Amino acid sequence: MKATCWYGKRDVRVEQVPDPILLNPRDAIVRVSSTAICGSDIHLYDGYIPTMAEGDILGHEFMGEVVEVGKAVRNLKIGDRVVVPFPIACGNCFFCERGEFSLCENSNPNAWMAEKMWGHSPCGIFGYSHLVGGYAGGQAEFVRVPFADVGPIKIENGLSDEQVLFLSDIFPTGYMAAENCRIRPSDTIAVWGCGPVGQFAIRSAMLLGAGRVIAIDHYPERLAMARDGGAETLNDAEVDVPASLREMTGGRGPDACIDAVGMEAHGHGLVGAYDAVKLALRLQNDRPTALREAIMACRNGGTVSVAGVYGGFADKIPFGSIMNRSITIKTGQTHVQRYMRPLLARIEHGEIDPSFVVTHHLSLDDAPRGYDMFTRKQDSCVKIVMRP
Amino acid sequence: MMMYPADAAHPHERGPLRDAQSPPQPSIAREGGNPPQSRIRPIPRVRGSERLASALGWFSVGLGIAELAAPKTLSRSIGLRNRTGLIRLFGAREVASGLAILMHPDRSVGVKARLAGDALDLALLLAALRDTPASRRPRVAGATAAVLGVAALDALCAHRLERDARALPLAIRRDGTVRVEKTVAVNRAPTECYAMWRSLANLPRFMKHLESVTQTDPTRSHWVARGPGGLRVEWDAEITRDEPNQLLAWRSLEGSEIENAGAVRFLSSLSGRGSIVAVVMQYKPPAGALGVTLARLFGGEPQQHIEEDLRRFRQIMETGEVPTTEGQPAGRRGVMYRMLRKRDSLSLRNGEPR
Repeated sequence: MKATCWYGKRDVRVEQVPDPILLNPRDAIVRVSSTAICGSDIHLYDGYIPTMAEGDILGHEFMGEVVEVGKAVRNLKIGDRVVVPFPIACGNCFFCERGEFSLCENSNPNAWMAEKMWGHSPCGIFGYSHLVGGYAGGQAEFVRVPFADVGPIKIENGLSDEQVLFLSDIFPTGYMAAENCRIRPSDTIAVWGCGPVGQFAIRSAMLLGAGRVIAIDHYPERLAMARDGGAETLNDAEVDVPASLREMTGGRGPDACIDAVGMEAHGHGLVGAYDAVKLALRLQNDRPTALREAIMACRNGGTVSVAGVYGGFADKIPFGSIMNRSITIKTGQTHVQRYMRPLLARIEHGEIDPSFVVTHHLSLDDAPRGYDMFTRKQDSCVKIVMRP
Repeated sequence: MMMYPADAAHPHERGPLRDAQSPPQPSIAREGGNPPQSRIRPIPRVRGSERLASALGWFSVGLGIAELAAPKTLSRSIGLRNRTGLIRLFGAREVASGLAILMHPDRSVGVKARLAGDALDLALLLAALRDTPASRRPRVAGATAAVLGVAALDALCAHRLERDARALPLAIRRDGTVRVEKTVAVNRAPTECYAMWRSLANLPRFMKHLESVTQTDPTRSHWVARGPGGLRVEWDAEITRDEPNQLLAWRSLEGSEIENAGAVRFLSSLSGRGSIVAVVMQYKPPAGALGVTLARLFGGEPQQHIEEDLRRFRQIMETGEVPTTEGQPAGRRGVMYRMLRKRDSLSLRNGEPR
């Protein structure tokens, strides 16, 4: 089959590899009908996530048709159309039973590696480095899905791939980011980053009853998309974001702030240069510009919800501000399995049509071009969907 | 600060492998009114003594090389004359005890060798102090003081190593006996965990080094394992204690190639829904301490083995399978992949019995 393989920093290639086979009784094989490039794939592409290895197959947002099931998978049959969540979760462990699927204790075969880096191991993730399992990803013609009796959700209506594909990651991720803000009616929510996750965070915050959403970015097409979703926008290339947020909230600050940027934020001025130097010297691997700003901007007693991906160690986090002003930090890899059903219902009821975020359709063969375009944000690219 | 019963003694103090019979409960102390988790001992900090030992090891090697290479300069600087042969000899001794500290699985062997060496050094220096003309005496006295200082460090280090070895979850004794302890939380009742373990034939499903375990009569069983370098070893074992749903202990029969013993305690977790499974295992590889060194070189650390074994135990208990990526497709692999998979060679495919 064809698969998108990682070979190093800014080096992905579509290559012929063997077809996946069932390895465990609870596995299924899915023929991929649509797969997307995620903003977090860019962290892999740019070489910021450790423990990637040459030949790793990328991709954790995908859907398709079940073509083979293991003998312990009873809820799926060949021919079922499914969307697969990016976290791999067993459904049986302490954490899965609590609905914290991305903390599954059993799905990461390389748990020892993650324990060294992070203290304890989260779940395994498709195509997202060996630290989280080294599982082959879904930017391919076929993919093996472990614990297929727990993760995949069947799509049995006439919805298109573009409408349901993002249940695999970015819609639940944006939604969990908004839910973590514990929104009360009339709350003001500020969202850093209007990429795909930011877009879903904006719309989810509106769905959850926010009074006002203020979206921050510097790409005009992304800001326009945010406005379509009901947000007011701030272009950080043109305005002083912290000062503007203060003024827009009577000096108090937003009730909650969402960091939908993550480790590769664009830094400015001295602090930006400081981060660049520390990154180059490998003294830190995360560049938490957006996070710092979100913490400082948040109102006293407010919540900072972090949806953006961080990999290791971030520097100069204003912890004094968090402590002295009673800020709550909420974060985590998304417990996608928990959100798929309710969010599918919202799509079916017409409350949201996730296909709004798609700007480009490519064939799988064009994955290298897609990665390049998405990384440089060329051609007003927000979200790329590929078909094998 | 958590307290633990004083009688949570260590097998070291109770003779060799026999301990496993009266179950080896180093970190699993006795029954009591406390919640189960509090019966598991905290692990002491030991990095200090390990670090001190390896510093002494390197110091020994460095000093030894200096003594071997420049005995004349050295002997003059400490006020001695015509002792180059002796100094060379002492240099060889220093290097040997340094290497012993750095390479022997039981660091205290080398540290004690250093202590003995310190005594020799002191004897030589004191003798010299008597025979040396007054003009050079301050130098000899200085050297004596330096040796006394290092000897104090050696003594401190030996004492700490001994103390830590008694409390560590992994201990390797002078005779090569390895003891490892580890606990794992399992989201299944103690009865289920016990049942899985009591059918000894299940053990190879999660214990990587085992090929098969066959029950030969109600208490006896035949074990086949793969040692370092694919070496096959077999032995017979008997169950020495069997308290259904609570405790299982076994040990190899007299005359086995690899003397070994183990015990598992099945505690119910605080929530009452799951278990804490606490394992103690001891084994004595055929070639003693050398065997341990070889095993480490070829098969990784004993601590890692049991950690991965117990992880697989939990995976099988909770999910019915062992998650794996062994056999999945990939593009052309390079160096990075081989580096990352080093410890993975410990992992079983599918968790199916072979």
